[in-house]
Formats: sequence, structure tokens, C-alpha cells
Amino acid sequence: MKAMLAIISNALCRITGKNVGARVVVSRSFTDFTPQATFDIKQCDLHRLEEGPPLKAELTREQGLQYYRTMQTVRRMELKADQLYKQKIIRGFCHLYDGQEACAAGIEAAINRSDHLITAYRAHGYTYTRGVTIKEILAELTGRKGGVAKGKGGSMHMYAPYFYGGNGIVGAQVPLGAGIALACRYQGNNQVCVTLYGDGAANQGQLFESFNMAALWKLPCIFICENNRYGMGTSVERASASTDYYKRGDFIPGLRVDGMDVLCVREAAKFAADYCRSGKGPIVMELQTYRYHGHSMSDPGVSYRTREEIQEVRSKNDPITVLKERLLSNNMASAEELKDIDVAIRKEVEDAAQFATSDPEPPLEQLCNHIFCNNPPVEVRGTNPWSKLQSVS
Amino acid sequence: MALSLRCFLRCGKNAVSAVRQRGFHRSVPAAAQVTVRDALNQAMDEEMERDERVFLMGEEVAQYDGAYKVSRGLWKKYGDKRVIDTPISEMGFAGIAVGSAMAGLRPICEFMTFNFSMQAIDQVINSAAKTYYMSAGLQAVPIVFRGPNGASAGVAAQHSQCFAAWYAHCPGLKVVSPWNAEDAKGLLKAAIRDDNPVVFLENELMYGVPFEMSEESQSKDFTIPIGKAKIERQGNHITMVSHSRFVGHCLDAAAVLAKDGIECEVINLRTIRPMDVESIEASVMKTNHLVTVEGGWPQFGVGAEICARIMEGPAFNYLDAPVTRVTGVDIPMPYAKILEDHSLPQIKDIIFSVKKTLNV
Repeated sequence: MKAMLAIISNALCRITGKNVGARVVVSRSFTDFTPQATFDIKQCDLHRLEEGPPLKAELTREQGLQYYRTMQTVRRMELKADQLYKQKIIRGFCHLYDGQEACAAGIEAAINRSDHLITAYRAHGYTYTRGVTIKEILAELTGRKGGVAKGKGGSMHMYAPYFYGGNGIVGAQVPLGAGIALACRYQGNNQVCVTLYGDGAANQGQLFESFNMAALWKLPCIFICENNRYGMGTSVERASASTDYYKRGDFIPGLRVDGMDVLCVREAAKFAADYCRSGKGPIVMELQTYRYHGHSMSDPGVSYRTREEIQEVRSKNDPITVLKERLLSNNMASAEELKDIDVAIRKEVEDAAQFATSDPEPPLEQLCNHIFCNNPPVEVRGTNPWSKLQSVS
Repeated sequence: MALSLRCFLRCGKNAVSAVRQRGFHRSVPAAAQVTVRDALNQAMDEEMERDERVFLMGEEVAQYDGAYKVSRGLWKKYGDKRVIDTPISEMGFAGIAVGSAMAGLRPICEFMTFNFSMQAIDQVINSAAKTYYMSAGLQAVPIVFRGPNGASAGVAAQHSQCFAAWYAHCPGLKVVSPWNAEDAKGLLKAAIRDDNPVVFLENELMYGVPFEMSEESQSKDFTIPIGKAKIERQGNHITMVSHSRFVGHCLDAAAVLAKDGIECEVINLRTIRPMDVESIEASVMKTNHLVTVEGGWPQFGVGAEICARIMEGPAFNYLDAPVTRVTGVDIPMPYAKILEDHSLPQIKDIIFSVKKTLNV
């Protein structure tokens, strides 16, 4: 494209006699970019493991652009959700993921589409990486019929093949994840289940019950603690007697990983998935990450931490910036290219928001549907005895 | 038959062998005496044989043959993969069972008694019952939670609670409460084949009780539809509605009352949710009187729900007297035998309540 512009401008120069072409910057063609590079990544802290993930990560140009796109999309989608919430178009709970994008992008890069993943309520990022479109996510947040759960679920209850939500009860998703792993082992399909929880949920008793059974039965479960330093308004130091979340699995080996570096996350998740697939049983991973927003949209997020702290992470450790700098300084992409991607993503998110605000709400006739699966239609009592509603499977 | 055929066709999918030979009838007597325990055992055995996705997990279900021997022989036949002993971790293993159901298996999750299900109740309600609705039909949870419910004998307050009303309160769950061996077998098979979360409330005192099982009910395809009550005894003067063990008490009371010329119609609910109100209404429109009998506490209980539903429906205008509820006494269960005996409906309480309702 840019080469063509150069040709045209040169032609114009000749035709007009003016030096028009001098201002056209002829950028490099794709063949000038470095196709692949190897990066040093931070070493992981190990618990009950002789060896950990590699200290170097290979990244191709395509992968770099893909991870960039994924993280930027999640970022813009979450910021759009913030905007829509403040306009009162999204209501109820809205827990935003911006800052933590490297976790979702890195994990998805390491596992197969047919592996399984379950997380808690800060789920929009994973909903996207697991294959749900931005349109369907935003429309679910705005409670419209085009939402992935037809408007019945909302922020915390979005599902997709191999993605089990979106779970509102803190910690409850962990035994569920161990159960999904049990199904993998039972069916002998060589799949693993990634089961995510936060630093707050790490103190739930049902986690330790799950660790015990997963280890006992060698379930292929990757337990991942996304430690973003705060469980709602309570810092990790105030909530946990031990903040070494990667060690909390006790007899289960663990890794502590830099969750702001998508390559670190990817290599660690790959290592963990290989470990589980080899039949050794479960493994625990702690991703050290950070959320820019408060716990939810009703939390400004500055009463329990300083703005300086948030700003420091943004300027030094932002996952998108970290990747961008790697790509640019290694000549794996150009600034314009990344800017074009940004523009395209903004448009995609804007279009999705447009859909999410204009799509109609679910029809009232569907109020009682989906109570039971594979069931003949049943009658459901409405708010008063004369209100008899229909429920279809 | 048609229902079980539909069930088979729906649920068949991967696991059921394509060719199922009925072959010759087993050579059993036309009817047989089978205990509730054995009926439950047969149901699980047959369903595990039929569909390899079905498996059982719970405390002591495998090597101990079941705390109440309900799963006797299953571990020996099916092995570690399909009959799993769990640690004492109700919340954890109930969640694991629900997760496995989400990922394609068909678990039977046993609670040693339903009292312990309280530890896991979040997984039953929030993870199992509500998920199909929250996901607008994307995620089904085909799971059965089973175990003994309600009072036993001498096990005192923490081990005697009836959870029928608690679970039946929640949309998204089916709640089943069998009385005899036929109920136990047919309903458990139906529950296992159902693609929805089913809470299956057994009764420990009924496990050892033998009942005659018809030839039809001994078939491997025999299921009883969930959501349909059964009229155990026909009568014209008064309707008695009950579930689980107290159906037997109602029948005993009816036999005594018959000597006084009072003919009771006894309805065995079989399913608490969805409740077969139509059967109750039809009966009340015939008899004009209704007594409900249950072991659970009165407040917000099964009988309370029946009263409300009768009032809202056509049968109200046929009542010659208010509905009477016979329930457990509104106290935690005491230990001493004399106290325990007087904490639950006895036959004489039922007889008394019938006569009061009939004003005789």
C-alpha cells in the first residue's frame, strides 16, 4: 500500500513538476520485519518442582500481533463496558479485567481450544478469549436478546463451548473445575481444565477440598490463582496468613509467574498443561497481576490503594505496553501497524456497543424458558395465581 | 413405556449401545419381594450398565458397599473409575460432581444423609439448579443428588432434618421422594436419565422394608415419570396426601378408619417438585376433604404449599372443611425414644386428624 503511494506520488511529482512526493513516508514492506525472536522471561518461583518453565520464549511476528490484538481488544472492550456502566446502560455487577489481559491471552495461547476453562466473576476477558464475540459479550452486559446468554445471565454468567463461565459465588468454581478435570480423565481425552480463582477466593475451604481430591485422583486440573493483590478492598497481607499462593496447594507443585508478561504466562501455562497431560496430577500456578479498576464498578478502587501505585503499574508493567515495546524494539512490527490495529479494534468495539445498545431486550414470553433441559413445556406460576406462564426447554 | 423410550432416544447418544437386545424374559416369578435398598441398588446397577457416563461418588459408597449398603456390589462390578469413595468433603465433592456433569458425565452424588448436604447446598442450588437458566440453555447439568432424608431412629437433632421443603423451594431442581420399592427403582432410573439436577430423597427406615414388585417394574426399562403422583388407595370420604415413609402410615390409618366406615383416598406424591397438584385437586373435588401428612416441620413445608395451591385452584370450592396438615412437631428432634416417637406423626395422630376434619 505504502509502496503504491510512493509510486503515485512520484508520478504526481513528474506530472506536476512539484516535489509532492517528498512528504510521503515510504514505510518498509512486510519482508523487512523480523519474523521471529527469542525473549528472556522472568524466572518462575517453584514449589515442589525440580524444573520450571523455560527462561526464554520464542515469539513469531504473527503470534505477537495476535496477542497484541487479543489484549487490546479485551482492554478496549472493558473500557467500553466502563463507559456504558457510567451511562447506566449496564447495571448490576460489572467486574472489569483491564490490567490483567496478559493472563487471559497467555493462557489461551498455551492451551487448545478443546481444553476446558472456568473462572470466577471477573470473566469478560476469558469469555472473549474462549470464543464469544464482543457483540455477544456487550449485549449480554446490556441485557439484550443478542447477548450470549440471551440476556438471562449478565456479567457473571456467560458460557461457551469448553468455557464454563462466569461464576458468582467466590470459590465455587474451583470444585467445578476439578470436576471438569475428572470428566477429562474419566473420558480419557487428554484434555485439561484450567480453573481460575483470585487471591480472595484462595482462602475458601472448598479450594482445599478440591486440591485434596484433585491430587488424590490425579485430576488434570491447572489451578490458577490470579493474584491482583486485593480481594475487593482487602489487601493480600490482611487476608492471608501466607501470601505465597503458589504454595498453598501444599502437596501440589506450584509456580509463581509474572502475570503482566504474556510470554511468561504462556510458557508457564504450557508447562503446566504438559505436566497435567502427562498424568502427574494437578498443578497450582500463581499469576502476579494487577487490576486498574476497582473490584467492581461500584468501587472507585482508591480507598485501599494509592493512585500512585496504580499509575506505577500502568507506566512500568502494562501488559500491552510491554508487548508493544518488545515488538517495536525487535522490528517485529511497526508503530503504524499497531496503530492501525488499535483503530480497527476501536471500531469493532464501537460497533459492538452500538449493537448492544440498540438490540431489543429479551421478549417477556421467554421469561420462564430454560428452567429444565429436554423437558416438555411446563407451567410456571407468575406473581399472582391468575398469572400462568409457559416454560419451554 | 413411551416415556422411557423417549428418554432412551434422547439420552442414548454416545454411550448406549446401538443394539439393545430385549431377548428372553429373565425367569423370575411374576411378582417379587424386593426391599427398597435392593430396588435402589438395581436401579443404579442397571443405569450404570446402560450408560457408561453414569457413575457414583460419595462417602463409603465403594469399598464399604455404602454406609447403608445401598451401593452394595457396585464397586466390585464396576471398579474405581465408576464408583468413587470421596473424602469427607461435601462442598468439594458435590462441586466436583456438578462440574463433571457440566463436562458430559452423568454423576450420582450421594450424601450420606441430606443433613450433610447443607455443607454443599451452594453447589446444589447455585451451581446446579440455576445454571441452565442463567446460561439460557447453553449449559445443562444432568446430575442426581441422592441419600437418606428426614428422621431415622435415635439419631437426634443434627441427623434428622427433612429437606423436602428446602430443595423444593428452588426453581431449576426436581425433587423426588419415593415411598416403596417400585417408587425407588422407577424414580431413580428416571432421575438418572433426566438431563436436569434431581434431588432424590430416600428414607433410611424404608431401606430394609420389602415390597412386592410387579413384573413390569422389574424390567430394565421400567421408569416412573417424575412429576406424577400415584393414588395408592381409592376412597370417597377424604383425601390424604403424603410422601415417603408416611404414605405407609396413611395406608395403615386408612385401614383402621375403614372399620369405622370412613373410606380414605391415599395419594403418594412421589415427586415434590414439580408437584402433581392436578391429582390432588381431582381427588379433593371428589372427597371434599383434605389432610396432608409429612415428617417435616410445619412452617413453610410441603403441606403448607399444598394448602396454598388448593386455595388457588378449582378444588377450593369443593372443600367442606379447611385443609388439615399433619406434620412433625416444630422442634429439633429429641433423642429419648418416648420424645422422638411424639415428635413425628403417628397413626393415631392421622386418624385423629381425619376424624376432626370430617367432624366425626
